[in-house]
Amino acid sequence: MCLAIPAKVMSIDGIKANVDFGQGVLREVNVTLVDAKVGDYVLVHAGYAIQVMEEKEALETLSLWNEILASGQQE
Amino acid sequence: MTEKLRFRNPELAKTIATKIQEIAPKKGKIKICHVCGTHEWTITHFGLRSLLPKNVEVIAGPGCPVCIVPAAEIDEAVQLAKKGIVITCFGDVLRVPGSETSLLEAKAVGADVRVVYAVSDAVEMAKKEPDKQFVFSAVGFETTAPSTAVEALGDLPGNFSFLVSHRLIPPAMELLLGVGDLEIDGFIAPGHVSAIIGLKPYELFPRVYRMPTVVAGFEPVDVLMAVYMILKQHSEGKARLENEYPRVVKPEGNLKALEMMDKAFTVTGGNWRGIGRLPDSALQLRESLKQFDAREKFGVHVEQGKDILLGCECHLVIIGKIKPDECPMFMKACTPAKPVGACMVSSEGTCRVWAKNVAVQA
Ligand code: SF4
Repeated sequence: MCLAIPAKVMSIDGIKANVDFGQGVLREVNVTLVDAKVGDYVLVHAGYAIQVMEEKEALETLSLWNEILASGQQE
Repeated sequence: MTEKLRFRNPELAKTIATKIQEIAPKKGKIKICHVCGTHEWTITHFGLRSLLPKNVEVIAGPGCPVCIVPAAEIDEAVQLAKKGIVITCFGDVLRVPGSETSLLEAKAVGADVRVVYAVSDAVEMAKKEPDKQFVFSAVGFETTAPSTAVEALGDLPGNFSFLVSHRLIPPAMELLLGVGDLEIDGFIAPGHVSAIIGLKPYELFPRVYRMPTVVAGFEPVDVLMAVYMILKQHSEGKARLENEYPRVVKPEGNLKALEMMDKAFTVTGGNWRGIGRLPDSALQLRESLKQFDAREKFGVHVEQGKDILLGCECHLVIIGKIKPDECPMFMKACTPAKPVGACMVSSEGTCRVWAKNVAVQA
């Protein structure tokens, strides 16, 4: 039940935003808990955006993985 | 988003699996525990256990917020429903067994029980039908509690109240460390709970219990990476708190959500199905929001319910002591179509996740 799904913010109107879950699945979600802008990816859980996801951080994760895996190799 | 594709990359998964094989200890056993139904889903669905060395085991702890709601709190909802109050809840809550009946069974005999996707939907319903009383059964861990807080602090109509059954994850993790022969060697902490609470609440695990703890996301690569990171700590003889999921989990968590939770709730002791009472593990509405507390408003209070039916081993499944297929009823007397225990009811219950996988393989 803690499943949360990334979605792209298409428009914002007060505490409500219209988000795109991909493949044209649009839904209205509550954005009170986050500071999201149009174009951001948010993580949606039970109708509420609970965090803004950043592409930068996603890329950082990947480089972190490569680093960790590489450092493991040297040992 | 390209994210999914990248984080499901089978090549990357294979590389990590190889690294896991290399770094795993040659002797002895390593037991890693996660506490999230979604992690169990990823592990089972993608067959990740088959990629791990024989002596590295990943077990599922109490990660299903629906499964651990005690029967007494379902009984409270059923009592309210019988009084003619409209009960609103998430779909998973509907079939959770109470002592005598579930909300679904109450609905079958005429109670007004409605499934909602979000708590705000329940509030909207209450506004549209001012002549009826509405109660929302607020189930969920820290991922879900903020949405209850948003509504509790918002503009609520007078005919709306909450039956709060929110629970907190870190106290349950601490409990697992005290279970005699469970002997956990590392924690995979739940990414979406952590998106809210951040890293701090886990600090005690490496510090006090010398327990490697890695906050992880939900793609196969995330989970494998967390296993690798825990094994790496073992090989170094270290216990650290690490964040594998920085694309979602900030060290401080979601400050706005935490602030709203703090404004709406106080932390108190709470009963967990199959576990018993855990101190500081439950939320209740603050005194100032008492008028929205269904227990206060309607004077309903069930102290003790019948949590586990005879023969059901949910209490052992919930703390990771046995696997679902070690329960004699699994897929025999107890199936997703005719669930016996709470762990088979919720889509995130360990028995249910395993059942789905058995069905897929068959
Ligand atoms: S398989 Fe059914 S009866 Fe057995 S522990 Fe799971 S929920 Fe309980």
